[in-house]
Amino acid sequence: MNYLDNIIKPKQANQNTLVIFGSILILISFLDVVLLSVFDVNLTGSSKGISFFLPLLLGFMGMYYIRFDHTNFPLINKFNKSLNIDWLNSIFTLLSIFLLLKFVPLILNWLIFDANFIGTAKEDCTGGGACWVFINVWLKRLAYGLYPDSETWRINLAFILLFVTIGASYLAKPKFKKYIILFLLFVFPFIGLSLISGDVGGLVYVETNVWGGLALTLIVSIFAIIFCFPIGVMLAMGRRSELPVVKYFSVGFIELWRGVPLITVLFMAANMFPLFLPEDVFLDKLIRCIIGIILFEAAYMAEVVRGGLQSLPKGQYEAAKSLGMGYWRMHLFIILPQALKLVIPGITNTFIALFKDTPLIAIVGLLELVGMIDLAKTNPKWLGFAAEGYVFAALVYFVFCYSMSRYSQKLEKKLSTER
Amino acid sequence: MNFNTLKKLIPQIITIVILVGVVAYFWSNTIINMEYYGYEFGYDFLSKAASFDIQFSLIDYDGSSPYFRAYLVGLLNTILVSVLGIIFATLIGLFMGISRLSPNYLVSKLAEVYIEVFRNIPLLLQLFFWYFAVLRTLPLPENAISFGQSIFITIKGVYVPKFIWTNFNFFIVSFILAIIVSFFIFSYAKKQRENYGKHFPAFWVSLGTIILFSGSGFLFGIVNLTFEYPEIYNLTETVFNYRGGVTIIPELLSLLLALSLYTSTFIAENVRAGILGVGKGQKEASSSLGLTPAQTLRLVVLPQALRIIIPPTTNQYLNLTKNSSLAAAIAYPDLVLVFAGTALNQTGRAIEIITITMGTYLTLSILISIFMNWYNKRIEIKEK
Repeated sequence: MNYLDNIIKPKQANQNTLVIFGSILILISFLDVVLLSVFDVNLTGSSKGISFFLPLLLGFMGMYYIRFDHTNFPLINKFNKSLNIDWLNSIFTLLSIFLLLKFVPLILNWLIFDANFIGTAKEDCTGGGACWVFINVWLKRLAYGLYPDSETWRINLAFILLFVTIGASYLAKPKFKKYIILFLLFVFPFIGLSLISGDVGGLVYVETNVWGGLALTLIVSIFAIIFCFPIGVMLAMGRRSELPVVKYFSVGFIELWRGVPLITVLFMAANMFPLFLPEDVFLDKLIRCIIGIILFEAAYMAEVVRGGLQSLPKGQYEAAKSLGMGYWRMHLFIILPQALKLVIPGITNTFIALFKDTPLIAIVGLLELVGMIDLAKTNPKWLGFAAEGYVFAALVYFVFCYSMSRYSQKLEKKLSTER
Repeated sequence: MNFNTLKKLIPQIITIVILVGVVAYFWSNTIINMEYYGYEFGYDFLSKAASFDIQFSLIDYDGSSPYFRAYLVGLLNTILVSVLGIIFATLIGLFMGISRLSPNYLVSKLAEVYIEVFRNIPLLLQLFFWYFAVLRTLPLPENAISFGQSIFITIKGVYVPKFIWTNFNFFIVSFILAIIVSFFIFSYAKKQRENYGKHFPAFWVSLGTIILFSGSGFLFGIVNLTFEYPEIYNLTETVFNYRGGVTIIPELLSLLLALSLYTSTFIAENVRAGILGVGKGQKEASSSLGLTPAQTLRLVVLPQALRIIIPPTTNQYLNLTKNSSLAAAIAYPDLVLVFAGTALNQTGRAIEIITITMGTYLTLSILISIFMNWYNKRIEIKEK
C-alpha cells in the first residue's frame, strides 16, 4: 500500500528513484515516437490511429514524477524550470516535441536527404524528395528574367557597383560619407538604370518587357524605396501643415491610397493610366507600375512619419522658432532628424512591406521572381515542380526580409538616445 | 494685405494651380483618347447582360444576368473571404500571441518561428504555395479523404453536407428572441451585482434559454433539419465527381489559408505587445486581492490589453480585406477578378470599372474603421 501511495503522490524522500524512473519513462516515450516517425517501427505496439496516445501518457507520467522543486540533477532542474512547470505545460511540451519529431524528419527528407541536386533534366530527379535540379537549370532565368544572356554582365555590373558604393560609404570618413550617400540616392539609380536598359554609350537597348527575375524585384524595390521616402515625408509634413489647402490635399491623398488595395492601383497603372496621356507620349508599363507603387507606399510612409512628428514634444518646435528658424530650416535641422529617428522601426516595416508587395506586379504581367517561377513551372518540360519553385522563392524573400528587420533592430538600439 | 498672409496664401495657390493643371491635363487627354478609340463614358453598361460565367457565387447568377449582378457576386465573395479570414486570423493570432509569452521555452520558441516564417514571406507567394503546391497534391474524387462519409476532401474542393431546413424562419425568430432575452438577463445580473453584490449565473441561464428556445421548435416538430450528403457519381467512364452538399472550392480554401496565416502573425505580435503593455503591478494587485490566475487574466489583464491591441489590429483587418484582392491571381471570383478583370476585358470601360472597384474598397475600408473606432471608444477608459 505504501508503495502505491508513493507512485501516486511523489514524496521528497524517494526523490532520486522517482526522478530516474520518470526520466526512463520520458525517454521511452520519445524513443517510441522517433522510431515510429523515422524508421516506421512501432515499439509500444499501439495501432496507427492512436500511435501518439501511449507515448503521451508515458511522457506525462514521467514528467509528473520528476516535477520536484529541487533535485540533485542540474539538468532535471533546468528541464523542470523551463519545460515542466505544471501539468498543463508538460502536455504542451510533449505535444510540441512529438510534432517536431514527427515533422522535422519529413521536411528534412524532402528538402535535403531524398532530394536531387545535380542534373540537367526532369529525368535526373529520381529521389522521393525535392527536385532542386529544376532550380539549378532555371537559376539564370530566375535571376535575370528573359534578359539576353550576352548582356547579363550589365545587371551584374550595376549591382556590383551598388554594393561597392555602399561598402565605400561605410569605410569613408564622415566628411565624404555624406556625398557618397547623396550620390547613392540621387545619381546612382539613373546610372544603374541606363546601364541596364542600354541605348547610351553604345550599349544595346534592352526592352523592359524582357526584364525579370530577382533583378527586376530588386530594381523595383530600390527605386520605390528611394522615391517613396521623400514623398512620404512631404505628405506627412503637409498633413500637419497650418495651410488648409495643403492639409486637406495631403489628408485626401493619404486616405485615398491607404483605402484601396495595391492590386487595383497596379490595374489602374496598367489599364487606365495610358488614357490619361497624349497619344505621342509613351510611358513604359514598368515605369507606370513603379510610380503606382511609389505613390501607394508613400501614403503608408506618411502615416509612419506623422507618428514621429506628433510624438516630438512641442518645446522642440518652439525652441527652433525662438532661434529664428523658418519652417524649412526648422524641419530640416531640428524636427525631422529627431522624428525620423523615433520611427525607424516603422520606416523599416514599410520598406519590408514594400519589398513583400513587389510580387504583385506579376499579376499585371511583369515577370519578377514569383512571375518567373510561374513561367518556369508551366514549361511543358518541367511540369509539377511548383513546390520547389515556391520554396526557393520563399527562402530568398525570407533572407531579405528577415535580415532587414534584424538590421533595423540593431540600428534602433544604436541610435537610441536617452530622452 | 501684409507679408504674413501673403506667405500663407502663395503656397496654397500654387498647390491649387498644380492640382487643377494636372487634373485638366489628364482630363483633356482622356477626352481626346476616348474620342480616338471611340469610347463613350457612362455607367449604362451595368444593366447589360454580362454573358460570362462565374464559378462560385452566393446569389443566383448566370450568363444572362446584368453586369451589376456580376459586381454584386464579386463583392459578396470578397466579403465572404474577408469575414472568414478575419475570424480565423484573430483566433490563430490570439493563440500564437499568448503562446509567444508562455513560460514554456519550447512553446514560445515554436510560436516565434511560426511568426517569423509566415510574416517574412510575401502573401502572394504563400497563396501560390497553398494553391499550386499543397492543394494540388490532394487525392482525386474517387480516393477522397473522408470523415464519417459526410465530409470529403478532394483536389476539386472540400464537400460538406448541406443543411436542409423546414420552417427555418421559426427557428431563426426563436433564436433571435432567445438572444434578446439573454441580453436582458445579463443586464439584470449586472444590476444585481452592482447594487446588491449578489452573483447571478447569467451565462448559464442565458445559455439554457437559448437552447430551450431554439430547441422548442425541434421538440414540437415544427422545425426540422436534415442533411444532404455529397455523393460520388460518374461524370464520364473514368472521371468522378461529387454532387449534392456544399462545395468549398480550392481557391477559397487556399485564399483563406494564406490570408489567415499571414495576418495572424501580425495580430500575434499585437496581442503580445498588448499583454506586455499591462503593468506588472496590475497582476500583482489582482492576485493580492485573491483573484485566481484565470480571473486575473479575464477581468484585469485582458480588458486593459484590449485597449492596446485593438487599434493596430483594426489596421490588420483592413489589410486583410484589401489583401483579399490577391484572389485575382488564383482565379477566386472576387471583386477584382470578376469586375476589374473579366468585366473590364469584355467592356473595355477601364475608367468606370476601376473607379467603381476602388470606390468599393474605399467604402469597405471606411466602414470597417468606423465600426472599430466605435468599438474602441466604447471600451476606452472613461476618466471621471
